[in-house]
Amino acid sequence: MVGPEAFLWLSLGLFLIGTLGFLTRRSIIIMLISIELQLNAVNLLLVSLSHYLQDPRGQVLVLFVIPVAAAEAAIGLAILMALFRLKAAAHVEQIKEMRG
Amino acid sequence: MSPGAFAYLGGMVLACAALAISRRNPVHSVLWVLVMFFHLAAIYLLLGAEFLAAVQVIIYAGAILVLFLFAIMVLNIRQEEMGPRFSGGWPLALALVLALAVMLLGAWGSLRLPEAGPFGPELLAQKGGHTKALGEVLYTTYLLPFELASLVLLVAIIGAIVLAKKRLK
Repeated sequence: MVGPEAFLWLSLGLFLIGTLGFLTRRSIIIMLISIELQLNAVNLLLVSLSHYLQDPRGQVLVLFVIPVAAAEAAIGLAILMALFRLKAAAHVEQIKEMRG
Repeated sequence: MSPGAFAYLGGMVLACAALAISRRNPVHSVLWVLVMFFHLAAIYLLLGAEFLAAVQVIIYAGAILVLFLFAIMVLNIRQEEMGPRFSGGWPLALALVLALAVMLLGAWGSLRLPEAGPFGPELLAQKGGHTKALGEVLYTTYLLPFELASLVLLVAIIGAIVLAKKRLK
Protein backbone atom coordinates (compact mmCIF):
# COMPACT_ATOMS: atom_id res chain seq x y z
CA MET A 1 0.00 0.00 0.00
CA VAL A 2 1.13 3.53 -0.81
CA GLY A 3 0.94 6.04 2.05
CA PRO A 4 -0.04 9.72 1.94
CA GLU A 5 3.65 10.80 1.89
CA ALA A 6 4.04 9.44 -1.65
CA PHE A 7 1.18 11.66 -2.83
CA LEU A 8 2.73 14.65 -1.08
CA TRP A 9 5.93 14.03 -3.06
CA LEU A 10 4.05 13.61 -6.34
CA SER A 11 1.97 16.71 -5.77
CA LEU A 12 5.05 18.73 -4.78
CA GLY A 13 6.85 17.63 -7.95
CA LEU A 14 3.90 18.53 -10.17
CA PHE A 15 3.50 21.93 -8.50
CA LEU A 16 7.19 22.74 -8.92
CA ILE A 17 7.13 21.73 -12.61
CA GLY A 18 4.13 24.03 -13.10
CA THR A 19 5.89 26.89 -11.31
CA LEU A 20 9.03 26.39 -13.39
CA GLY A 21 6.99 26.44 -16.60
CA PHE A 22 5.17 29.60 -15.57
CA LEU A 23 8.38 31.43 -14.69
CA THR A 24 10.56 30.37 -17.61
CA ARG A 25 8.42 30.11 -20.75
CA ARG A 26 7.94 33.11 -23.04
CA SER A 27 4.66 31.98 -24.62
CA ILE A 28 1.56 33.19 -22.76
CA ILE A 29 -0.44 30.07 -23.73
CA ILE A 30 2.13 27.77 -22.13
CA MET A 31 2.19 30.00 -19.04
CA LEU A 32 -1.60 29.46 -18.75
CA ILE A 33 -1.09 25.70 -19.18
CA SER A 34 1.47 25.84 -16.35
CA ILE A 35 -1.14 27.43 -14.09
CA GLU A 36 -3.43 24.49 -14.90
CA LEU A 37 -0.61 22.12 -13.87
CA GLN A 38 -0.29 23.92 -10.54
CA LEU A 39 -4.04 23.74 -9.91
CA ASN A 40 -3.97 20.03 -10.73
CA ALA A 41 -1.16 19.46 -8.24
CA VAL A 42 -3.32 21.02 -5.53
CA ASN A 43 -6.32 18.93 -6.63
CA LEU A 44 -4.24 15.75 -6.44
CA LEU A 45 -3.15 16.61 -2.89
CA LEU A 46 -6.75 17.36 -1.84
CA VAL A 47 -8.11 14.10 -3.28
CA SER A 48 -5.36 11.94 -1.80
CA LEU A 49 -5.66 13.49 1.68
CA SER A 50 -9.44 13.21 1.44
CA HIS A 51 -8.94 9.50 0.76
CA TYR A 52 -6.47 8.87 3.58
CA LEU A 53 -8.26 11.03 6.18
CA GLN A 54 -11.70 9.69 5.11
CA ASP A 55 -13.13 13.20 4.96
CA PRO A 56 -15.37 14.47 2.11
CA ARG A 57 -14.28 18.10 2.43
CA GLY A 58 -11.17 17.62 0.30
CA GLN A 59 -13.22 16.35 -2.63
CA VAL A 60 -15.80 19.13 -2.20
CA LEU A 61 -12.95 21.64 -2.35
CA VAL A 62 -11.73 20.05 -5.62
CA LEU A 63 -15.22 20.58 -7.04
CA PHE A 64 -14.81 24.29 -6.27
CA VAL A 65 -11.28 24.50 -7.68
CA ILE A 66 -12.38 23.11 -11.07
CA PRO A 67 -14.86 25.97 -11.90
CA VAL A 68 -12.23 28.50 -10.85
CA ALA A 69 -9.72 26.81 -13.18
CA ALA A 70 -12.24 26.89 -16.02
CA ALA A 71 -13.00 30.57 -15.38
CA GLU A 72 -9.29 31.37 -15.25
CA ALA A 73 -8.63 29.61 -18.55
CA ALA A 74 -11.57 31.36 -20.27
CA ILE A 75 -10.63 34.85 -19.03
CA GLY A 76 -6.90 34.32 -19.66
CA LEU A 77 -7.44 33.16 -23.23
CA ALA A 78 -9.88 36.03 -23.86
CA ILE A 79 -7.28 38.53 -22.63
CA LEU A 80 -4.71 36.83 -24.88
CA MET A 81 -7.04 37.18 -27.86
CA ALA A 82 -7.67 40.88 -27.17
CA LEU A 83 -3.92 41.41 -26.80
CA PHE A 84 -3.16 39.51 -29.99
CA ARG A 85 -5.66 41.61 -31.92
CA LEU A 86 -4.14 44.79 -30.55
CA LYS A 87 -0.42 44.02 -30.92
CA ALA A 88 -0.06 40.58 -32.59
CA ALA A 89 1.95 39.62 -29.51
CA ALA A 90 1.85 36.21 -27.88
CA HIS A 91 5.10 36.49 -25.91
CA VAL A 92 5.53 38.23 -22.60
CA GLU A 93 8.62 40.15 -23.73
CA GLN A 94 6.68 41.94 -26.47
CA ILE A 95 4.37 43.54 -23.91
CA LYS A 96 6.40 46.33 -22.37
CA GLU A 97 4.18 49.43 -22.42
CA MET A 98 4.36 49.67 -18.64
CA ARG A 99 8.16 49.73 -18.58
CA GLY A 100 9.31 52.94 -16.89
CA MET B 1 -3.34 1.70 -4.38
CA SER B 2 -0.53 -0.75 -5.15
CA PRO B 3 3.07 0.57 -5.41
CA GLY B 4 3.35 -0.55 -9.04
CA ALA B 5 0.26 1.39 -10.12
CA PHE B 6 1.42 4.44 -8.17
CA ALA B 7 4.91 4.29 -9.71
CA TYR B 8 3.53 4.06 -13.27
CA LEU B 9 0.82 6.72 -12.87
CA GLY B 10 2.96 9.13 -10.85
CA GLY B 11 5.93 8.76 -13.19
CA MET B 12 3.73 9.36 -16.22
CA VAL B 13 2.16 12.44 -14.61
CA LEU B 14 5.56 13.98 -13.86
CA ALA B 15 7.01 13.04 -17.27
CA CYS B 16 4.02 14.43 -19.18
CA ALA B 17 4.11 17.65 -17.14
CA ALA B 18 7.83 18.09 -17.84
CA LEU B 19 7.25 17.44 -21.56
CA ALA B 20 4.31 19.84 -21.62
CA ILE B 21 6.27 22.81 -20.32
CA SER B 22 9.28 22.15 -22.55
CA ARG B 23 7.75 21.60 -26.02
CA ARG B 24 8.19 24.31 -28.63
CA ASN B 25 4.82 23.83 -30.30
CA PRO B 26 1.87 24.78 -28.01
CA VAL B 27 -0.32 22.09 -29.62
CA HIS B 28 2.15 19.40 -28.50
CA SER B 29 2.11 20.90 -24.99
CA VAL B 30 -1.67 20.69 -24.85
CA LEU B 31 -1.63 17.06 -26.04
CA TRP B 32 0.91 16.07 -23.35
CA VAL B 33 -1.27 17.79 -20.74
CA LEU B 34 -4.19 15.73 -22.09
CA VAL B 35 -2.23 12.50 -21.46
CA MET B 36 -1.39 13.80 -17.97
CA PHE B 37 -5.06 14.51 -17.20
CA PHE B 38 -6.04 10.94 -18.09
CA HIS B 39 -3.38 9.55 -15.76
CA LEU B 40 -4.55 11.91 -13.00
CA ALA B 41 -8.10 10.66 -13.54
CA ALA B 42 -6.83 7.09 -13.13
CA ILE B 43 -5.17 8.10 -9.83
CA TYR B 44 -8.47 9.62 -8.64
CA LEU B 45 -10.26 6.41 -9.62
CA LEU B 46 -7.81 4.27 -7.64
CA LEU B 47 -8.20 6.64 -4.66
CA GLY B 48 -11.92 5.94 -4.63
CA ALA B 49 -13.07 9.28 -6.06
CA GLU B 50 -15.01 8.05 -9.12
CA PHE B 51 -17.05 11.21 -9.56
CA LEU B 52 -13.94 13.41 -9.57
CA ALA B 53 -12.28 11.10 -12.10
CA ALA B 54 -15.25 11.58 -14.42
CA VAL B 55 -15.22 15.34 -13.82
CA GLN B 56 -11.48 15.45 -14.51
CA VAL B 57 -11.96 13.80 -17.90
CA ILE B 58 -15.12 15.70 -18.87
CA ILE B 59 -14.24 19.22 -17.71
CA TYR B 60 -10.44 19.37 -17.79
CA ALA B 61 -9.75 17.16 -20.79
CA GLY B 62 -13.04 17.81 -22.57
CA ALA B 63 -13.66 21.51 -22.00
CA ILE B 64 -10.59 23.39 -20.80
CA LEU B 65 -8.07 21.76 -23.13
CA VAL B 66 -10.41 22.15 -26.10
CA LEU B 67 -10.61 25.85 -25.19
CA PHE B 68 -6.80 26.01 -25.30
CA LEU B 69 -6.69 24.25 -28.68
CA PHE B 70 -9.39 26.60 -29.99
CA ALA B 71 -7.40 29.65 -28.87
CA ILE B 72 -4.20 28.31 -30.48
CA MET B 73 -6.12 27.68 -33.71
CA VAL B 74 -7.69 31.16 -33.77
CA LEU B 75 -4.46 32.97 -32.91
CA ASN B 76 -2.41 31.02 -35.48
CA ILE B 77 0.82 31.60 -33.60
CA ARG B 78 3.86 31.11 -35.79
CA GLN B 79 6.37 33.00 -33.66
CA GLU B 80 6.81 30.14 -31.22
CA GLU B 81 8.59 28.22 -33.98
CA MET B 82 11.40 30.79 -33.94
CA GLY B 83 13.57 32.19 -31.20
CA PRO B 84 14.40 30.76 -27.79
CA ARG B 85 11.69 28.93 -25.88
CA PHE B 86 12.73 30.11 -22.45
CA SER B 87 13.07 33.70 -21.31
CA GLY B 88 16.48 35.12 -20.50
CA GLY B 89 15.85 35.07 -16.78
CA TRP B 90 15.55 31.29 -16.51
CA PRO B 91 18.50 30.76 -14.10
CA LEU B 92 16.81 33.13 -11.64
CA ALA B 93 13.49 31.31 -12.15
CA LEU B 94 15.17 27.95 -11.49
CA ALA B 95 16.73 29.34 -8.30
CA LEU B 96 13.30 30.62 -7.19
CA VAL B 97 11.72 27.21 -7.82
CA LEU B 98 14.48 25.47 -5.85
CA ALA B 99 13.98 27.96 -3.01
CA LEU B 100 10.24 27.20 -3.07
CA ALA B 101 11.03 23.47 -2.93
CA VAL B 102 13.31 24.00 0.09
CA MET B 103 10.62 26.05 1.85
CA LEU B 104 7.87 23.49 1.20
CA LEU B 105 10.11 20.61 2.32
CA GLY B 106 10.97 22.61 5.46
CA ALA B 107 7.27 23.05 6.22
CA TRP B 108 6.82 19.30 5.72
CA GLY B 109 8.41 18.57 9.11
CA SER B 110 5.61 20.34 10.96
CA LEU B 111 2.86 18.43 9.10
CA ARG B 112 0.65 16.44 11.47
CA LEU B 113 -2.16 14.45 9.88
CA PRO B 114 -5.32 14.32 12.03
CA GLU B 115 -7.29 11.21 12.88
CA ALA B 116 -9.25 9.63 10.03
CA GLY B 117 -12.86 10.84 9.76
CA PRO B 118 -16.09 8.89 9.29
CA PHE B 119 -16.24 9.09 5.45
CA GLY B 120 -14.87 5.56 5.12
CA PRO B 121 -15.84 2.57 2.97
CA GLU B 122 -18.54 1.44 5.45
CA LEU B 123 -20.37 4.78 5.33
CA LEU B 124 -20.07 4.89 1.53
CA ALA B 125 -21.54 1.41 1.20
CA GLN B 126 -24.34 2.33 3.60
CA LYS B 127 -25.18 5.53 1.67
CA GLY B 128 -25.18 3.75 -1.70
CA GLY B 129 -21.96 4.84 -3.38
CA HIS B 130 -19.32 7.53 -3.39
CA THR B 131 -21.12 9.88 -5.78
CA LYS B 132 -24.30 9.84 -3.75
CA ALA B 133 -22.48 10.49 -0.48
CA LEU B 134 -20.48 13.35 -2.02
CA GLY B 135 -23.66 14.84 -3.49
CA GLU B 136 -25.36 14.80 -0.10
CA VAL B 137 -22.49 16.75 1.45
CA LEU B 138 -22.33 19.15 -1.50
CA TYR B 139 -26.05 19.96 -1.57
CA THR B 140 -26.53 20.35 2.18
CA THR B 141 -23.46 21.66 4.02
CA TYR B 142 -21.84 23.34 1.02
CA LEU B 143 -24.93 24.60 -0.82
CA LEU B 144 -24.02 28.30 -0.68
CA PRO B 145 -20.43 27.87 -2.01
CA PHE B 146 -21.88 25.63 -4.72
CA GLU B 147 -24.24 28.41 -5.85
CA LEU B 148 -21.40 30.95 -5.68
CA ALA B 149 -19.33 28.71 -7.99
CA SER B 150 -22.06 29.05 -10.62
CA LEU B 151 -21.86 32.84 -10.19
CA VAL B 152 -18.08 32.67 -10.79
CA LEU B 153 -18.72 30.77 -14.01
CA LEU B 154 -21.38 33.30 -15.13
CA VAL B 155 -18.98 36.20 -14.54
CA ALA B 156 -16.28 34.31 -16.47
CA ILE B 157 -18.61 33.72 -19.44
CA ILE B 158 -19.64 37.38 -19.63
CA GLY B 159 -16.07 38.58 -19.11
CA ALA B 160 -14.69 36.29 -21.80
CA ILE B 161 -17.31 37.42 -24.32
CA VAL B 162 -16.74 41.12 -23.57
CA LEU B 163 -12.95 40.76 -23.79
CA ALA B 164 -12.80 38.63 -26.91
CA LYS B 165 -15.47 40.26 -29.08
CA LYS B 166 -14.54 42.68 -31.82
CA ARG B 167 -15.03 46.38 -31.18
CA LEU B 168 -18.34 47.49 -32.67
CA LYS B 169 -18.29 50.84 -34.41
